Amino acid sequence: MIKEVEILVIGGGPAGLCAARSASKLGAHVMVCERDYVPGGQLVKQTHKFFGSEKQYAGDRGIQIGKMLIDEIAADPNIEILTEATVLGIYEDGVVTVLYQNQHLKIHPKKIIITTGAAEKFLSFPGNDLPGIYGAGAVQTLMNVAGVKPAERVVMVGAGNIGLIVSYQLMQAGVEVAGVIEAAPKIGGYLVHASKIRRAGVPIRTSYTVKEAFGTDCLEGVVICRLDEKWQMIPGTEETIPCDTLCLAVGLTPLAELCWQAGCQMAFIRELSGHVPILDENLETTVSGIYAAGDVAGIEEASAAMVEGRLAGCSAAASLGYSPQEAKIMLQAAREELNELRSGPTGSKIRAGLQKMSEKKGVKTAC
Amino acid sequence: MSENATILCRCEDLTREQILECIEGGCHTIDEIKRVTRAGMGPCQGRTCRMLIAQELSNYYHIPLEDVLMPTFRPPTKPVTMGILADAYEEGGCEK
Repeated sequence: MIKEVEILVIGGGPAGLCAARSASKLGAHVMVCERDYVPGGQLVKQTHKFFGSEKQYAGDRGIQIGKMLIDEIAADPNIEILTEATVLGIYEDGVVTVLYQNQHLKIHPKKIIITTGAAEKFLSFPGNDLPGIYGAGAVQTLMNVAGVKPAERVVMVGAGNIGLIVSYQLMQAGVEVAGVIEAAPKIGGYLVHASKIRRAGVPIRTSYTVKEAFGTDCLEGVVICRLDEKWQMIPGTEETIPCDTLCLAVGLTPLAELCWQAGCQMAFIRELSGHVPILDENLETTVSGIYAAGDVAGIEEASAAMVEGRLAGCSAAASLGYSPQEAKIMLQAAREELNELRSGPTGSKIRAGLQKMSEKKGVKTAC
Repeated sequence: MSENATILCRCEDLTREQILECIEGGCHTIDEIKRVTRAGMGPCQGRTCRMLIAQELSNYYHIPLEDVLMPTFRPPTKPVTMGILADAYEEGGCEK
């Protein structure tokens, strides 16, 4: 049996929930597939307060924003949300297969919005498979979702916002943070986050990388090494730091395999952190009827993902003929908000990435 | 511990050395390496190793990372048990 759906949103994180909500507001019926037990994506473990403007819930903590979105969705009769539902494939005939709580479902949506988010990048170094080496996201899940103290003494790799914020949360959980190392010559995250952990005595060492991890049955320590201006290790600068956990916060990469599968034209854009689907101004991919929003379309903050979600949700609903007038206003508002979020020095990287995307000529194909 | 003993594909337990041997033996793409070694065919479906292997190809052939050919992406995105597919078949959730 194939279930007919108007709009299928793949991924119930900030982008997906906002996409579902805005499409529903215009009158469309939406199904959301979320692979986790609960919707909310990364918001469910983000105990820090958001920056940005009020429209993107600045000042609220990620968990509060997540809860608010989930409550709104739960009260919305136009939205059906499936949890523990992993989308397995998008086929040529437009059928989507889903692994839903140990059942295999087939869904035939009129429009698809891909909001699958991102995956953590990994590093290759000797000993990188020892127990005790995690992605920062996993450590954050252990602490903030499962309530488990994940380590006694941790070394954090990466001084971007994730590395800095998770370091601070580890300290709040009573874990000793032996240090944060960063391969780049300067701290990538906001200085307000960096200052917080520096004041507490945690060293942040730039131009350093992990040379090796060691331990018999699990991690016992790491050897770090300084990098020269060409990112090469400088012999003789090695130092050993004992620790039971090494946390990798070396960036995210778009989780775009469903876009590849669906035949969307893809491009590797460094500023967007990997291979992304080429999108038009409505966030539609080159495959007609398939949209993408949030980190899958380029790594950015959750605030931008939420606005992109709204934009994609509106576009998809409007393309089905729902409330064209209202849609136009909502689309315009979302575009303005995105421009605002991406203005200023912190948005320069994403602006460069989007510029590159607009230079790639996407050729539309039918789904 | 030597750098070549570094694990690149954790699901299939493949070291950098094994991947390099494959490249030196004439493999030019991630898909070719996959067919010879099973790299990227485990539970995570290449989410961890894909770009690490791409980096090795980029280094070896002196081509930019963005020009390394990506593998073919096929359903399913994660392993599914035969039992679930069989149930779906019986209930009519799968085509004959």
